Amino acid sequence: MLDVAIKGTLGETVFDMAFTASDGVTAIFGPSGAGKTTVANAIAGLWRPDMGRIALGDKVWFDSNAGIWVPPHKRKIGYVFQDARLFPHMSVAQNLRYGGSHDAARLIDLLDLAHLLTRRPSGLSGGEKQRVAIARALMRNPDLIIMDEPMAALDGPRKAEVLPYLEHLRDMSAVPIIYVSHAMAEVSRLAASLVLVKDGNVAGFGPINEVLSNPDNADLLAGRDLGAVIAARVDGHDHATNITTLAFSGGALHLAGISGSIGQELRLRIPAQDVILSLNMPWGMSALNVLTVDITSVSAAGKGTALIGLQAGTASLLAQITEHSAKTMHLAAGQQVYAIVKATAVAPT
Amino acid sequence: MGTPELWIVVGLSLKVAVVAMLVALPFSVAVAYVLARKRFRGWHLLNGLVHLPLVLPPVVTGYLLLVLFGRQGPLGGMLFDLFGITLAFRWTGAALAAGIMAFPLMVRAIRLGFEAVDQGLEQAAATLGASRLRVFFTVTLPLVIPGVLAAGVLGFAKALGEFGATITFVAAIPGETQTIPSAIYGLLQVPGQEGAVVTLVILSVVLAMGALILSEWLAYRMTRKVGR
Repeated sequence: MLDVAIKGTLGETVFDMAFTASDGVTAIFGPSGAGKTTVANAIAGLWRPDMGRIALGDKVWFDSNAGIWVPPHKRKIGYVFQDARLFPHMSVAQNLRYGGSHDAARLIDLLDLAHLLTRRPSGLSGGEKQRVAIARALMRNPDLIIMDEPMAALDGPRKAEVLPYLEHLRDMSAVPIIYVSHAMAEVSRLAASLVLVKDGNVAGFGPINEVLSNPDNADLLAGRDLGAVIAARVDGHDHATNITTLAFSGGALHLAGISGSIGQELRLRIPAQDVILSLNMPWGMSALNVLTVDITSVSAAGKGTALIGLQAGTASLLAQITEHSAKTMHLAAGQQVYAIVKATAVAPT
Repeated sequence: MGTPELWIVVGLSLKVAVVAMLVALPFSVAVAYVLARKRFRGWHLLNGLVHLPLVLPPVVTGYLLLVLFGRQGPLGGMLFDLFGITLAFRWTGAALAAGIMAFPLMVRAIRLGFEAVDQGLEQAAATLGASRLRVFFTVTLPLVIPGVLAAGVLGFAKALGEFGATITFVAAIPGETQTIPSAIYGLLQVPGQEGAVVTLVILSVVLAMGALILSEWLAYRMTRKVGR
């Protein structure tokens, strides 16, 4: 459990942030320049805030009241930087061993590095560099893992190369992982909780679905970032049509092009823009997925749009429609409506 | 001047220049690091002091060395009393004068090297558990080695050619403090020594060029090793 409460000024930005990260992946999410990296650096000891407290369990790393400041090399953190930061004058093997050799054989195997060990960093591709950086950070046997936009410098195919390793790492890691990113695709795949950062402040914090489907965060989560992340189980697969049926507490969803075995848990993302509401059971449409939902909230979201909070079973969904439609349909909390959704599978959980 | 005497001059010059460069090198690294990485009260004063020999007339530097390190000078007296070391009019004094004159050039070259080192790598090393000292010796210094080599060659060449401060501080005593430049100067005052002058001039060019080529080669190898 990582407790962070910091205040300080860096450049033009005044920081005032507090959140708690438990085991699993906590994403620090926000636009570029919001101060995400600064928080990560404060946790790692690379930036010292003016005031506050940072503690991992019973280990206090920073406490301005008690005058405690633990330097970075004594914090036992595995930090994966955006730009890999491999030592150019050392081989891959020397880089890996720099911070320790915990679980070396398995990490080299897991991240598929055996054939790179004698190479120099300058000869590696971006994806290979980042895999080395991840293994190097983990071989320290860290108490906490920080990843600062580990995939931002990679192109699409390289991202697809590294992401499965990160998922595997998340699933086997017993320590908290702080994942800094401005890419919703990565965050919704990896994170359990989300810290929404804006201008040096925490704008929202909680389980990922609560934060992403909270209408209050609409102005921070621009466009397609706003929406629900729900867990669903593969229930059946029709090979003739290539349609997979997924079950979740709010009903069933049918998706094309999913590779998952029966019984497997998948994480689905339903952007608020991809939800259409209907007062009557819709009929004769191309969309496959119609859910019966209860409206939990109706709020104006500016620019003529409205956000409708929805409850489907135990899952919260969010619909973004025009304010005009919300008025003419007389939508109100407590009402039962039909939601036509377009879901995309993001990741196996 | 006969051939044996010429070789004595050349040997002495090499000894003075190599010792001056080797002794100045660690100090140059330390001062360059401080100037590149630290900001403190007195930074400008330190920077100015380091560069002083570059802008002062060499004769003035030599005179100041004589005042400070002469047997009666505050530092010279102390060195003699404590260690029995005399610098004035000795080859060690020539090395000191050459080292002081080469120092600003060496600091500059190494400082550029430190400024070129990506501090993100040092941060990465710290998060991997390395203390500041370990970061310096395993990451910063290896990455700055090309700059240190360049500084070494530059310092050696400067020390080899130093004239004004050396002749003021330690004169030009044959076999003790008479280096190539002071020997050339002396020979030019005597008619009929043109042959010896030409020999020394050619040797100067060869030594300077050799040092330059060596440094280019070393820098090339180091750069390849560092992979940039």
